[in-house]
Amino acid sequence: MLKILKRFRYHLAVFLAVLGPGFITANVDNDSGGIFTYSAAGARYGYLPLWTLVPITLVLIVTQEMCSRMGAATGKGLSDLIREQFGLRITFLMMALLVIVNLTNVMAEFAGVASSLELFSVSRYLSVPLAAVGVWFLIVKGNYKSVEKIFLVGCALYVTYIVSGFLVKPDWKEAAVYSVKPVLMLEPGYIYMLIGLVGTTIAPWMQFYLQSAVVEKGITAKEYAASRVEVIVGCIVTDIVAFFIIVACAGAIYSVKPTDIQDAKEAALGLKPFGQYAFLLFSAGLLNASVFAACVLPLSTAYCVCEGLGFESGVNRRFGEAPVFYGLYTSLIVVGAAVTLIPGFPLVTMILLSQVLNGMLLPFVLIPMVLLINKHDLMGEFVNPRWFNLVAWVTVVVIIGISMAYLGFLIRGVH
Amino acid sequence: MRAMCWRRVLSMLDNFLFFTELTSLPVNDVKGRRIGRVKDAALVPVVNPSRIDRYLVGGGVAWFTVRFDQIQSISLDKGIDLSDEHLTPYHDDEYMMRLGRDLLDQQIIDVTGRKVVRVTDLTLELRNDGVRDWLIVRDVDVGIRSILRRLLQGAVPPRWIRRLQQPIAPKSISWDFCNVVEPDPQRRLRLNISYQKLEDMHPADLADIVEELTPAEREAIFETIDSEVAADALSEIDPKMQASILEALEPEKAADIVEEMSPDEAADALNELEETTSEEILHEMDSEPKSEVQELLDFEEDTAGGLMNTEYVALGDDATVSQALQALQENEELLENLNTIFLVDEEGRLSAAIPLARLFLVSDGAPLKQLASESFIQVTVEEHQDQVLELFDKYNLLTLPVVDESGKLAGVITADDVISVLRQK
Repeated sequence: MLKILKRFRYHLAVFLAVLGPGFITANVDNDSGGIFTYSAAGARYGYLPLWTLVPITLVLIVTQEMCSRMGAATGKGLSDLIREQFGLRITFLMMALLVIVNLTNVMAEFAGVASSLELFSVSRYLSVPLAAVGVWFLIVKGNYKSVEKIFLVGCALYVTYIVSGFLVKPDWKEAAVYSVKPVLMLEPGYIYMLIGLVGTTIAPWMQFYLQSAVVEKGITAKEYAASRVEVIVGCIVTDIVAFFIIVACAGAIYSVKPTDIQDAKEAALGLKPFGQYAFLLFSAGLLNASVFAACVLPLSTAYCVCEGLGFESGVNRRFGEAPVFYGLYTSLIVVGAAVTLIPGFPLVTMILLSQVLNGMLLPFVLIPMVLLINKHDLMGEFVNPRWFNLVAWVTVVVIIGISMAYLGFLIRGVH
Repeated sequence: MRAMCWRRVLSMLDNFLFFTELTSLPVNDVKGRRIGRVKDAALVPVVNPSRIDRYLVGGGVAWFTVRFDQIQSISLDKGIDLSDEHLTPYHDDEYMMRLGRDLLDQQIIDVTGRKVVRVTDLTLELRNDGVRDWLIVRDVDVGIRSILRRLLQGAVPPRWIRRLQQPIAPKSISWDFCNVVEPDPQRRLRLNISYQKLEDMHPADLADIVEELTPAEREAIFETIDSEVAADALSEIDPKMQASILEALEPEKAADIVEEMSPDEAADALNELEETTSEEILHEMDSEPKSEVQELLDFEEDTAGGLMNTEYVALGDDATVSQALQALQENEELLENLNTIFLVDEEGRLSAAIPLARLFLVSDGAPLKQLASESFIQVTVEEHQDQVLELFDKYNLLTLPVVDESGKLAGVITADDVISVLRQK
């Protein structure tokens, strides 16, 4: 009896031990840019974009699973592996792109902080600097383990979106139909939205963050089975949240009049006629998501750049020991926050741009990932199964395809 | 004038070559015809740990191997001139550590800096023995200066790169203080890699380094280093990682290491393991440390029994100071952390605690009992760890005796045990 109890305790301990990376990554994914993109999609096209969530979830699971598998099998972060296998130049180029794209993402997070608190008439000149300083201290002075626990609690707050989705009483029948019925329109706005949806759900930074977090947690090849479950559940939860955001905006805004919303704030305001709670929950969710991602993004960027280029990294080191790490981390926060305070800065364009850049950079992260995970001397028995490769390559081709289509529209539009 | 002097100084100092410069250096045969460019270079550590022994030269489709003694001269501006015609086609052999393939961009251990670093470039020293030029690996380069070199390599002439990097401070580690990590034991042997340098480090530093490596590399280090050093380092590592290291090792080696750990730490480490693995390890252990560890394993982790260790000195009620001194001599290995001696009655029940320093105040023949603390605090093995922490805090304890149900001394909890509990919280 005692033995059975001990075994059970061991398995439970293994699951709890691996709990964290997959959930956190998947949830941070629904950041301010994500919420805006989903809201905009719902407000403009109603239930039509819902079908994309199924393939997006599949691709999300496949990419996330590959990262956590690589982390567990090799014990190395993605940027380490890229450096070791592809050399310094490619690593440098990739890190430079990642910093630029992630900086636009950080701007989007602080923009999210600003607009969610402006709904409660808190000036952005107060909220954004406070959030920036708070985030900086939480990570630098806090203990990683307790920060991770705070993050896990943060994940639970995403439930607010599900509740507000129900509160606006959308047309469930239509939502169900369009969840499985693909609608393709060759219209620049629609394609722009599609790239944004893919880009916001499967962001390049996530691949780096997840793999490092798996390594940091010390998840070994042995515990990998439990970790895989965690990653898959996390991905599904993320897209359930996305589903409810689209549905909420479709029910509240599109059904009244299809609108091009300019801001996640507008989405929240659009929910107001359906009761104070729908509005409150939506805005609280936005604030949580923005702060949450503003914590994770600069940190993960600083970590993977330093790992890839061989600078010292880690919040347990002093500033003098890891100047590049702290310098990069601090400037991402400072620049990201400061930009949102410039009067007349096109915040919405920035947020959308950040999502589209995510989508465009993604193939350049996915291609090395698939190449790495197929190396037998690196992965051993954990190399990619064939159907995984198929999904990954199809993803790469499709994303390049829609990015090209979008660029084509842009160029035609200019002339 | 000044500039000229400076240039002369520079050219005098020009007895080095970066690896980024060596690769793509042209190679000319005895008649001065170019036969190709350097693609990579290799050490053969079993012969010489730092001299570059082979130069891999690519011309057209095939690569040649040039041995160091087939070279006449090496210079950054003129390239490599050979003194021998007989070149062999390149084939990979297991005794070769290729700088470009095996070192560049990989992680190595900086033993003096006590950290893991990533190799960006190598500084090679150009030596001449009157007959020929040869290169030895002098430093491993890390940091911005070497990153600049790598990024510009091939795009900008090497002399320009040297000038451009001037303002950036170099960051290098002497090759003598670097330790390559190789998980494959066969290859480790052929490449003459040992972890001896690591054994001289402080266990806590070694633990920090090991935590940064991959599981396979960790295992490789613990497999080969001295069991005592391994035990000290392992004690400093996060419990979860301890478990994965012990699980990866052969049970005999794991048992050797666990034997060297203090019994309470050994028990904690084994507790983290899956039942079958910890039994396998226990099975391989010598009987004495094994029984001590096994006793401790029976206690719940978060009780006084789970926290305590059995490294204490206990004497009979009627013992004298000289007997105490003798007991201390016999238990020399405990002295570093010992601050209290305990007295027990005939049945082994705890009766008094003697602060060690009081032994100095009286003559040898004096009975220990008169030195006892006026009151002493003890807990039972079942006491919850939170209560233990509270006692340490309230009474400013260094050592807390733990007794079983019948009052017999079972072990002691020391301040360092308490600190580890607090750290993990």
